Parts: sequence; structure tokens; C-alpha cells
Amino acid sequence: MWDFGTHALDTARLRGASYADVRVMHLRQRDLTTKNGQVGTLAQSESIGLGIRVLANGAWGFSSTDRLTRDGVSGCAAQAVAIAKASALAKRGEVVMAPEAAYVDSWQSPFHKDSFEIPLETQLTLLLAADAEMRRVKGVTLTETGMQFRKIDSWFASSIGSRIHQRKVITGCGIAATSFQADEIQKRSYPNSFGGQHALQGYELVESLELLEHASRVAEEAVALHSAAQCPQETGTLILGGTQLGLQIHESIGHPIELDRVLGQEANFAGTSFLTLDQLNKLRYGSDIVNVVADARLDHGRGLGTFAYDDEGVPAQRTDIIQDGQFRGYLSNRETAHLVGLKRSSGSMRTESWNRLPIIRMTNISLLPGTWSFDDLLADTDDGTLMETNRSWSIDDRRYQFQFSTEIGWEIKGGKKVRMLKNPSYSGITTEFWNSCDAICDTHHWTLWGTPNCGKGQPMQTMGTGHGASPARFRNIRIGTAFSNS
Amino acid sequence: MSAQRKPRGARIGKNAGSSTHLLSERDLRRSIDTVLRLAKVAGAAETEVHLDEVVDALTRFANNAIHQNVAEHGLTVSIRTVVDGRTARATTNRIDEDSLRAAIDASLSLAHSQPQDPRLLPLAARQRYRPVNRFVKQTAALTPEDRARAVRRACDLAVKHGQTAAGIYSSGESQTAVGNSRGLFAAYRETHAEFSITMQEELAASWAKANAASVADIDPQELAARASEKAHRATNAQELSPGRYTVILEPAAALDLVGFLFYDFAATAVQDKRSCLNNRMGKQLFGKNVTIADDVYHPLQLGAPFDGEGIPRQRVLLVDRGIPKNLVYARTTAKAARKKPTGHGFPLPNEYGEAPMNLVFTGGNSSLEEMIASTDRGLLVTRLWYIREVDPYEKIMTGMTRDGLFLVERGRVASAVRNFRFNQSILEMLRNVELLGPAVRATGEEAFEMVVPAMKVRDFHFSEVTKF
Repeated sequence: MWDFGTHALDTARLRGASYADVRVMHLRQRDLTTKNGQVGTLAQSESIGLGIRVLANGAWGFSSTDRLTRDGVSGCAAQAVAIAKASALAKRGEVVMAPEAAYVDSWQSPFHKDSFEIPLETQLTLLLAADAEMRRVKGVTLTETGMQFRKIDSWFASSIGSRIHQRKVITGCGIAATSFQADEIQKRSYPNSFGGQHALQGYELVESLELLEHASRVAEEAVALHSAAQCPQETGTLILGGTQLGLQIHESIGHPIELDRVLGQEANFAGTSFLTLDQLNKLRYGSDIVNVVADARLDHGRGLGTFAYDDEGVPAQRTDIIQDGQFRGYLSNRETAHLVGLKRSSGSMRTESWNRLPIIRMTNISLLPGTWSFDDLLADTDDGTLMETNRSWSIDDRRYQFQFSTEIGWEIKGGKKVRMLKNPSYSGITTEFWNSCDAICDTHHWTLWGTPNCGKGQPMQTMGTGHGASPARFRNIRIGTAFSNS
Repeated sequence: MSAQRKPRGARIGKNAGSSTHLLSERDLRRSIDTVLRLAKVAGAAETEVHLDEVVDALTRFANNAIHQNVAEHGLTVSIRTVVDGRTARATTNRIDEDSLRAAIDASLSLAHSQPQDPRLLPLAARQRYRPVNRFVKQTAALTPEDRARAVRRACDLAVKHGQTAAGIYSSGESQTAVGNSRGLFAAYRETHAEFSITMQEELAASWAKANAASVADIDPQELAARASEKAHRATNAQELSPGRYTVILEPAAALDLVGFLFYDFAATAVQDKRSCLNNRMGKQLFGKNVTIADDVYHPLQLGAPFDGEGIPRQRVLLVDRGIPKNLVYARTTAKAARKKPTGHGFPLPNEYGEAPMNLVFTGGNSSLEEMIASTDRGLLVTRLWYIREVDPYEKIMTGMTRDGLFLVERGRVASAVRNFRFNQSILEMLRNVELLGPAVRATGEEAFEMVVPAMKVRDFHFSEVTKF
């Protein structure tokens, strides 16, 4: 693979590129699903190719190919340079890249059990057993289970001399039960919606989730929601479970801190950000107990945003985003770092595949744990609503106003869960929301959740991001807005 | 459609000639035949092969300059083997024989690992296809320099008006072919071009976008001028109270909402009881001015005229004057329902069955100007954003307005308005349509392109307002 990378770099240099980096990537994936006791998807795929990014005449070009021959690679590199020169027809400034050292390294994400080596029969037997367990519950009308395994090899080389090989092993797994009665569809998922939990782990993740132990409860809750009370429309105290809080972090902190959005580079599609450059170190983002980091290092956990180097050859780092409530940092790359006074990229350039340009993406954006036990948090809440497991999510294109709904809610009275609520939702303004946070659960309740489906860029790229969170409490929140009707 | 008919494959887009970067039909057939031969040797009882090829380029600009500019070429081979009542799929982009053998072995290994599927049907026999032609040489020939020059002109317009432009100009060609061991073969190629632009002025922005098979149908400068003029009008937005308003949804806004209906018309979705049409087929669900078909052959549509099993797509009348009449069926769901397959199935194996991918709404005669002139008080909506489903049965959707929301008073556009969040049932919305414009090829960012008119809708529910 290195030969292809070197040949691409040599061609780019000869054609006039002042800088180039190349990624040869080999992606392997296996998908298994069941539905209502039958195997649904059973598929395996692989994709291998090369993408090269070049700077020529002071402008960027990128080209990719799956023709991994000397001619295919040199043609691809030449095309990237030609595209860069065309870009220069509409440029208005010079690209300035923050300095970075050259690295020669090899890294593999740690795992205990290779999911691709576990017999398929074992995997399907587990999914079908969980599916059957859910279907035993009367009133369940649809059961779904799934596993997804990925193995991604990347060979990165750049014209400054880096040669980095990384292998990431990713596993995802989850189950869901749906119940249709009268004029209502209700659903419960475990351990999270949208395919469950996803992490930089092997098959040990699947085994740790204990699907069979949770299947009955998930199904029973889906049915029970039909007879639960409607979540009231009010302003009150909200407790969010860890999975929902993970998505809240993703949408209202992770995206606004992407420096390409801040600088208008995503204005036509993903949007911009309210976090204009003048807000850095000045904005009160959250309350004093809110501490958020961007951390791609393995020390932070085996999340979907964990790696050794980003796709621009910059080592994984930890960046303070919110420190004691104060806004402290953005996600940057080598091209944008200097605009916020940084001497170095924060290491946030990531690509979905060999045929996509690396762009600024979230790594693991995590709310650091607080001091509360979950039982104490409930006991301390006289009147509130607990919401768990995302059902829908939406936020405006500058990341101010959001609305989320969850699969299930619980009314809290006198420090106890007193009854189930259906169709829960809440909404707010990002900074008002985070400033209303008055309690965060401790490390025993903290999990690095995976969001596997973050879309951004044109052409669209789907990326996995990590979000560490433990349950937390927020005051004076608008609740029930999704079903308001006047 | 019987196996006794004379073998006939589909070749669509014969004007491709030598201007294309795509494989020839002969190469497609040869590649599929190679896989079929290897699979037979490997022990597959039946085999189906998909070949998908894409040659795409996209020029992206922001802050009045090109900042990303990309090109790609990709070819994938997807192989579904059937053995002993079991099926599975393996996909690769390595097309040497050793890699194809490995993919076939992977497919067979996956297939062997599962229980028999009593619903699994034999592969489809040879089919006849209605030809469509959506390959335009001029689009395939567009160069990075062509795109850069158009972008430069759009950016110059922004600079001239003290605005900031961001957007994309993309073009490309793609093809898909499916063949199987029962002699079925179908192939389709198309070109596509797209220009999208956001113009920002102070804190305001507006947007325009077009997408077509032919680059000749896209006028980047007209789109840039339209976005520029609307961005200027969008400045100094006032804040209104949330509530129910009459709205005039431009085609992109209408599309991005009604586009969420497409999967509800899948027979599998109804069978799974996750469709909003459960217990509602044949009832007056929408207003009598709402008629929807799925029609891949409509002149404003793109897409292959066959489905994931190579079954020809049929035009299906989904909603007739407000009454849901028909669903779409893959082969398996059609057999279970004792219907004919409509050619809307996804490649097997999958759990979603099928979906109509080429919705065509019947339009009306009202122009946007007439809708505005007939409105005493309402809101003109350019575009919607981040739409998600809140309630799957009542089809309540939430989302935001974006890039140009205007107050209409006494028949005129009066001022710009701060963006709202909506929580609105699509079912209710399609009961409240007062006027329809001519149906156009609409393109947004939430739904794939469809043929949809502008709509004037009463009592549209906005629940909250944002800060800009």
C-alpha cells in the first residue's frame, strides 16, 4: 500500500503540488439484522481505494480512485493537481497550514475478540433469541435486532514525510420492540436507539450488553407506553439519561465548535455556528459544573472518535471545550488553527472513506462526570421528568434552538419515579440549557456512547463520533413542546 | 415477464457514445457473466449480480472562493448467492477474479450460516423494460474549469452586493446494472448536475438550488441572483409569536416535508405496522386536491426503471384525490398480498422491502405570486431544515425554517421574519392545502428529489422561535 501512496505523492509533486497527503484505505463491514424472528440483512462488504489531497497554485484539489495500479494512481494524482489549479481560478487568499511534525507509526485499536472471527451462527443465534424474547410479550407488533462490525485500515502518507498505518475495529449492536395499537406507534430500544451502542471494540461489546436480559423489559415498556400518561406541557425540571445527553452534547456542543462551520465553510449545507470567534474565552456556555472535552486519545475510552492520528497526520489530542462553564476551545485542522491563535491543529480532520476529503469532525466530545449518584439525584428531585433514549432530534442551522423527543419518560415526584410518561419531549436555547445544569452524575454512571450516523459535508460523509455522558439534571426547561398544538 | 419470452436486456442512455467515462454495456455484461460463472463453480444454486459505477465531481465554495474541489471514481460488484433456501450478499470493489471468488465465498458462507427462509423466491426471470434516456453528453463533459468559472461569477456577484456566497456545483455520471443466473439483465446510466448556493448578508441568508440530468437545465447565475436578492430582503428580520399561520411553501420546503411520506407507502411498512397508512387505506386521509403517484418515467425524474431484483418499475397511483389507494410491492410482499410486484423492491436480503422513490404530486395552476396575492396574513417559506419525525402514526414532523422566511400581509411580502420551529402533522397539512402551483423537479436537503408543487397551506403550526 505504501508504494501506491508514495507513487501518488511523487506524481503530485512532479505536477506542481506544493503539499500533498494521501490515504489508501481498506474498509470491511458485516451487517446482520433480524426482524420478527426472521433474518433480515445478512451482508458483507469491502472497499479499497486511494484518495489524494493536494495544494497547487495556492488552492486545494482532491481526487480518488479504486483503480489501484500505477497508472490508476498516477492518473488520480494528476487529476487532483488539475482540480487544484482549477480551484485557483476562484481563490481569494492563500492557504496557511499550521506546522506539524512528520510521524512514522503503526497503531491498532485494542480489542479482545475479533467480531469477524466469531461464528456467524453464534451471532445470529443470539439475535434471534433476543428477537424471540421480545415477541413473547403480547402487544408487540415489530421486533428488530442488529449487529454491525467494521474493520478499517488506513495508510496515510504526506509530502512532509509522515507514514502512518492505523487499524480500527468497530462493533455495534442493539435491539428494539415496536407496538402499534389504536392510533399510536410506540417503540423502545436497548441500549440506545438507532442501532444500539457502537464503539471501538470487538465482540466483547456485544457480550457486555446482555441482550437477552433486557429483551423482555424493552418489549414490555413498548406496550406499556400506550396506556401511559401523555407527557405534560410545562416548564420544569428535566433529568436526561446518558444516551439522550450524549446526543444533546453532539448537537448543541459538538457541531457548534467545528471551526469550519464557524468560518462559514458549511454555510450552504450543514450550517454555521453561533460560536463566532469573538466568543472564545468569553462566552458563559454552561453552569460552573459543566466541563466538556474533545478527546481522541485512547485514555479517554474506546469511542467512535478514538484514534492515534487524524486523517491529516496530526496526533490525537485532548482539547478543553468548556471549562467550569466557560467556552475554551474549537475543533480545528491545520488550515484553520491559526485563526483562533493556535500554533497547532487540534487533530480533528477525519474522512469516511478513501473517496472522501477529510473535513473537521467531532472526535469524542464528552461531558466530564460530576459528583452525584443517580439514586441521590432522583431523591433530590422533588418534581421533575426523566427522559431516556432518543426518538427525534432537531436543531437550527446555527445551533441555538433545539428540540428533542425521547422514547420514554418518567414523572418524578418526591424523589421517586412515580409513573411512566409517553411522547416526552423538551426544547430550548443551547446556552440557556447548559447554564441550567445543576447536577451531573459521577463516573460510575458515565459511558462513552457512540453516534454512528453523523452526516456532514458535500458530498455527504457519515462519521462515527463518541460522547461520554452520565445522567444530568436541568432546571426550568420547556417540556412537552413537540406535542403542543396551538 | 415469463421466462419463455425472448431474452431482452435494457440499455438506457444510448447516446452515451464515447463521451462517457463509464464502462460499456459489453463490459458490464462480461463482468456479470464472469461472476455468474465463478459462482456456479463455487456451488451457488442461483446468483444475482449488481454492478454500480460512479464518476462524480463536486466543486464547493464558501466565503466567495473555492475551498474544496473533489472527484471520485468507484465501481462496486455486489453478489447475492442462493443456496438451499438461504440467501446473503457480499460486495466488493476489487474486480480481479481472485477477489470476486472471495466475495462469492463470503456470500455463500453468510448464506449457509442462517436458517432456511420459507418466503425466499427463486430469482426473477428475464424482464422487458421501458427505455428512458437521461444521459446527457454535455453534463458528462463538464470540467473543473467549467465549474470554477461559474462559481467565480456567482462569487463575484456576491462581492458586488456586499454578500458572502457558499455552495456547490457538482456533475457526474453513474450507471447500475443487474443480472442473474436466470438470464435477467438490465442496465441504466444517467448524468446529473447540481448547483446550490447560499447568499449571506449581515445576519441574513437565502438559498437557491437546482438539480437535473442535463447541465443545460441549470442556470447558476440565475440561482445566484435569486439567492442574492432574497438574502437582501431577508435582512432586518422581525420576531413574530409562534402559532398557527397560513404558509406558502416554496417547492423545496414542500418537498422536504412530504418527502417523509415515501416509506409509508411500502407494503412492508404496512405489514410491519409502522406506516401511517395502517387502517387508513381507502379513506379520505388528505384533501381532495392531493393526488400522488410514483412514476420513474416522468420527464422530470431520474433513477433506474427497475428495482433491486431487476423488476421493471410500474407507475403506481398512491393517492387519488386525497384517498390512499395503492402501495408499492417487492416480489416477496406482492406474493404474500396476492398482488403483482410494482418494481420498487430494494436489493435482497433486507428488512425494509420496498419504497416508492419517484414521487410525483399533481400540481395546480397557482403561481407563487398568486398565492402571495391571495394571502391576507401568512408566511412565505423558502426552505426547511433538520426535519425529524416526532410521531410516526400522526406523522408529526419537527424542523426549522431556514434561509428566508417572510411575512406576507395584504397580498404582499411585507418583511423578513426570524426563523421558527414547527411541529406539524403531514396528514393534517395535506388536508389544509388551499392552493397548488405547477409541479416541478424540487430539490432540498432532507428528501431526495421529487416532482412537487409549491403549496399554500392554512393553520401550519409553529411552536417556537429562534434567535435569528
